[in-house]
Order: sequence, then structure tokens, then C-alpha cells
Amino acid sequence: MESIIIQLLNGLDKGSAYALIALGLTLIFGTLGVVNFAHGALFMIGAFCAVTLNQIFQMSHTVVDETRTDFLGNPAKVEVPYVTEWFGETVGSWMIDWTVPLSILFAIPIMVLIGVVMERGLIRHFYKRPHADQILVTFGLAIVLQEIIKAFYGANPIPTPAPEAFRGSFDFGVLLGFDPFTIIYPYWRLIYFVFAMIVIAAVFAFLQFTTFGMVVRAGMADRETVGLLGIDIDKRFTVMFGIAAAVAGLAGVMYAPISSPNYHMGMDFLVLSFVVVVVGGMGSLPGAVLAGFLLGILQSFASMSAVIEFIPGINQVIIYLVAIVILLTRPRGLMGRKGVMEE
Amino acid sequence: MTDQTSSTSVTASRTRARGASTGFLGLGRRDAALFGVVIVMVVFAPIILNPFPVNSAMAQFNAGFPQLMQQFLIFGIFAIGFNILFGLTGYLSFGHAAFLGIGSYAGVWMFKLLGMNVLYAVTAATAIAGIFAVLIGYISLRRSGIYFSILTLAFAQMCYALALSVLSPITNGETMLQVTHNDPRVLGSAVGPDGGLPVPTLFGLEMRSTYTMDAGPWSFDFNLGYYFCGVFMILAFYLAIRIFRSPFGMMLRAVKSNQQRMRYTGLNPRPYTLAAFVISGMFAGFAGGLLVSMDPIAGTERMLWTRSGEVVLMTILGGTGTLIGPVLGAGFIKYLESILSKINSGILHSWFGFLPDGLEDFIVAIIYPFVGKGWHLTLGILFMLVVIFLPGGLVEGGTRIGRLFRRRKATDTSDTPAE
Repeated sequence: MESIIIQLLNGLDKGSAYALIALGLTLIFGTLGVVNFAHGALFMIGAFCAVTLNQIFQMSHTVVDETRTDFLGNPAKVEVPYVTEWFGETVGSWMIDWTVPLSILFAIPIMVLIGVVMERGLIRHFYKRPHADQILVTFGLAIVLQEIIKAFYGANPIPTPAPEAFRGSFDFGVLLGFDPFTIIYPYWRLIYFVFAMIVIAAVFAFLQFTTFGMVVRAGMADRETVGLLGIDIDKRFTVMFGIAAAVAGLAGVMYAPISSPNYHMGMDFLVLSFVVVVVGGMGSLPGAVLAGFLLGILQSFASMSAVIEFIPGINQVIIYLVAIVILLTRPRGLMGRKGVMEE
Repeated sequence: MTDQTSSTSVTASRTRARGASTGFLGLGRRDAALFGVVIVMVVFAPIILNPFPVNSAMAQFNAGFPQLMQQFLIFGIFAIGFNILFGLTGYLSFGHAAFLGIGSYAGVWMFKLLGMNVLYAVTAATAIAGIFAVLIGYISLRRSGIYFSILTLAFAQMCYALALSVLSPITNGETMLQVTHNDPRVLGSAVGPDGGLPVPTLFGLEMRSTYTMDAGPWSFDFNLGYYFCGVFMILAFYLAIRIFRSPFGMMLRAVKSNQQRMRYTGLNPRPYTLAAFVISGMFAGFAGGLLVSMDPIAGTERMLWTRSGEVVLMTILGGTGTLIGPVLGAGFIKYLESILSKINSGILHSWFGFLPDGLEDFIVAIIYPFVGKGWHLTLGILFMLVVIFLPGGLVEGGTRIGRLFRRRKATDTSDTPAE
């Protein structure tokens, strides 16, 4: 029982990441009808927003501290980050500690901007082109973005720690009435899950309860009619692209403490996220979220040692296996609508 | 995806199809000419690709060394095969690297079990890749469009993940599979002639044997392995022409342009697409077999999905659905890879050394991210530019330039009306 709960929890954080990326992918596909292979790169750029802010906060200069001496008797040289100098000792060190949550504020405008520029500058020209061309050009864009990041930040993963307060683990089992130390779960992964739920809820609420969201949903259903009613649907879809980019970026920002960002993390997630989207059903937002969590949890269950002993290697292939079975038995995915991406 | 065709490539092949009648080896006049050019290029490539003298500053742009030329041919075969699937039927597979990897492993196992003759390796590679292609194709082809791409991708990633973990007794996991002294090798010896590890041979002729011809300041390498690949690349190209011009090829184009219409006329598209998938899978496996014949080592990274992306890039860059396009694309990408990744900041500084210091550093700093380890950036940008502006690839670029010249000539003489 304990091990099942542990695996369920382990599946949640990966599942959250899949769900967030798949949500963005589906938003783009549902509104603009574009298959965006560069979405993984947006996730990666989000993670590097956290890295960048971290580096900015850590920028320091050397100050000679007369009160202390080093081992040779000379006045000691101390590295002082600019932020502590500007905002004072407490605020400055708090900012350095809380870089990752602060990066959310930093990342949202950047990601929206990147998304809008990408849509207006490149993807707009591909609406009328075949899906194969869209896949190819966004694939090329993904390579370019990834290589740019590599050129600036190098090829090695860059550790980006979570705030001190969330670095430990807590005893989840006690809450459920198990013995102490049976179910231990890192704080940050729980926060990631909660954060993902908030973002997902916000996106759904935005689409469901605002006029803007209503128009977008109408445009997803029938773009032409909305256009005929005199609404500039293209502009709204561009905004949706920006929002989708921001969702992917936020997923990346918060993922940075879980695994150190490196330049190819986007590609690693992209392939799985596409599988998630297809399993959930192209164009279905709830389907994408559901499939994201489902596959994340399935993957963590498949990595239990009892399961691996029974079917060796299942943890490596479970997602693809599920995708193949679902595509062959339910061609539209779990919650796919009729007439999306079909001949 | 299937009913949206890239019109340019279809018209290009249609114009050429007009000349298709019986002639040399059953090729039309234009095809025979193209085929002849390919043969000549393959035979004389060691000379053509080495235009710069050995000691000159430009020598680093020479492509005439055996390893690179072998890569041109092998990836040319890979791309030709991929083009038979993607170019004709429009099914975009993102999992062809799996067949390349399967072929490589099959090849090395033949070296380990049977003997070092490369014919064992390439035969087994092709056959086993074919079997896998039948299985994967049969399942994947039940769906089309993006779903097909995802299915092939899923299968390839599964192959990759399994090769890395559970199947590591067969694939040797991350340590790569290679020939050792302890292999059974029923039809061959455990040690090579010089006492080291045995090397791949063709009936005793070593694949790595190279004849170097010096002509003044130039030096040309004629490598046996290269010509071995060359023979098969010519055969593969010939096969591709015949498939393109055959009724079977017409059926595949019908699959691309309108499957519904094809079904209404009473034809089932599935067997045709499956045949195309298996043929292209076997080409990929064959290319894998050739890769290990040149260098008997196989690793899992050959099956990674970025490798599948690479062959897509080659085909698109050269020109989808054209005969010569994939070969050009493969050569172009492999050449860029080899040349760009060799350039480091020292070489750049020596090039721009004539400029004033500040300007030199500035220009080097700008160019540096695009070369050396960053050559993928150049590739990505180039690829995007091709997809955006030149959907027909290098071949379309060539025809556009050709048309430009012809039009100019037409206006000059003014006795033929302009197009």
C-alpha cells in the first residue's frame, strides 16, 4: 500500500509537467491548427529563465572587508552580490534564496513575448501549408532555439536550487495514518503539482468565464463564423499562442529545481508530450491534462521494482506502449473530438 | 497530410515521367542522363571532391577523404529509401533511425557469428530490418498524418529504450557493440592478419585498404570501402528510378494525392503503402549494414529520434519526391557537419587576421557560435530557411536558377517567347 502511494506521488510531478506542456500544445493546435514541435524548446527556455535570474541575482563584486583577515594576515576579500547591496542584507539574501518562485514573474512577460513573436513572425505564414511543413519548420526552430541556449549557457546542466524552506522532504505518510518515515516526499514536488493544478485551473477558468475566452472557444469551434461577426480572431489566437508559450515556460521554470536545466531537456519532454497529446486526443484540453497525469503515473508505477522484475524494461517503454494501444483501439485518443486531424 | 501535396515536386517528377520509355536499362532519356551523371560522380568523387592541393590553406574544405565520402554514400542510400516512403506516399515517418540501428546491430552480429565478409553483414542487416519494417509498418500504417508520425516515433523510441536497457545482452548497451577476439566467427578467423582485431573484408579484400595517388600537389585517396558503398548506392539509385517510374510508383503517388479517390476506384492503398514502408525500411537497414561494414561498431545513439530527424532534414533539404534530391541533401548535410565542426576559433582568427584587431575579434565572435560545436545552429537556420522559402529543396533552387538563365537567354535572342 505504501509503495503504491509513493509511486502515485512520484507520478504526479512528471505528470504535471507532461500535462502543462500538453495543455499548451493542445491550445496551439486547437486554436491555430498548428503542430508545434518547438513547444519543448519553450519549456526549456522557461527553465533557463530561472537560470538567468539566478545568475543575475548572484552577480557580485569583490569588497575588501577590513574587519576580517585571511590566513596571510591581509584584509579578507568578500564577494558581495549586488542585490544584497541594493536591497539590504535580509531582502537581498531572501531574493537569492527565492529565485525560482520569483522567476515566475520574470518568465511570464518573456514567454508571452517569445510566443507572440514566434506566431507573428513565423508560424502565421504556415497556416495554409501542409501539416508536414509546420512540423518541419517548428522542428527547425526547436533546433535553433536549443543551439542558441547551448551557445550561451554551455552543454552542462546548471543546478538551480529551490528555496531553502522547500529543499527538504516531509513525511506524507503520517498525514494518512501510516507509520512515520514510510512515505517521504520532497516538498518541491508537491509544490510543483499544486502549481500545475493552479495554472491548469487558471487556463480553464480563463477560457470558460471571460468574454475573451468565450470568443476564443467560439473561434476554435468555427473560426470563419466568428470572423464574419466582425471579430479579429487572429489577434486573439495570437494572444492564445502567447499564453500557451507562457504555460510551457512556467512548467519549465518550476521544473528547474527538480532536474537541472540543460539545453536538450525540451526535446526530451517534447516527444513524450506529443505522445500525451495524441493519447488525450488532438484538440481536447481536458484530454491533454488527463493523459498527462495518467501517463506520468503509469510511468512511475512501471518503474516499481516488482513490476520490472515481472516484465523487464517496461518502465522504459510503457508510455509508448500505451500510446500504440490507444491509437489503435481509440483512434481519436481518450477524449478526442470528431473531425480533428482526420482525412 | 496525405491529400496535401507539395505541388512543385509532383510537377517536377511528372515532367520527367514524360520521357520515361524503354531505353538504356529501361530508363527514359532524361533518367538515363541523370543516372549517368550519378555514376560518373560516384566513380570520380575522390578526385572531384579534392579540388584543393594538400598543403594549401583551402585544403580543409576538401571532402575527398574516405570516411566522409563513405558517409555521403551511406546516408544517400538511407535518404533515397526514406524518400520512397515520404516523397511518394507523403507518410512522414519519424522513426526510420530504428531501422538504421537494427541494421547496424544485425551487421555486427554477423561479423561476430559468421565471419568478417561484409556481404553477410549487409544481407542480414537488410533482411532483419525488413522484418521489423513489416511489423512496425503493419501497425503504424493503420493511421495516417500526424498519428502515423507519432506511432513510428513511439516504436523507434521503444527500440532505443530497449536497446539501452533490457536488450543490452544483445546490443551491449552504452558500451557499444563491437567485434572481439572471443567471438565464435564460424566462417572466419578470430584474429586479423596483423594479429589485431579482424577487419571487415570482401572475400579477403580489406574494406579499409586505400590507394593514394599523388598528382603534383594534389593527393587522391581511392578507398575500397568507398567503391563498395558506391556500387550499392548506384544500385539503390537505379532501383529508386525504376520505382518512381513504375505503375507501383504511380500507385504510391495516388496514395499521396487522394486516398479516398483511390479507394473509390477499387484499389486498396494499404498494401502499396506497406510495401513502400518496408522498402524504405530495408534501405535504412542496408545503410546500417554498410555503416558497420566500414567501421564495425554499433551504438544505441544511432537509433535516437534525432537521427530520424536528420534523415528527414536530408530529404527535405535536397528536395522531397525528387530522385536526386535526397542524395544531394545527404551529401550537403554530411559535408557541412564535417567541415563546419572542424573550424575552431584559431582557424577563424587566421582567416580574419588581415583585419584590424578589434574588428577581427568582433567578426570572429559573431561567426564562432555558428561553427565548431555550434554547427547544429547553422543547420537549423538553414533548414528553416529551406522550409520557408524553398519547399522543394535544393533541386527546386536549381531549377529556379536554371529557369532564370533560360529566360534571360530567351529574352536575349527574342526568337522564342518567354515563358
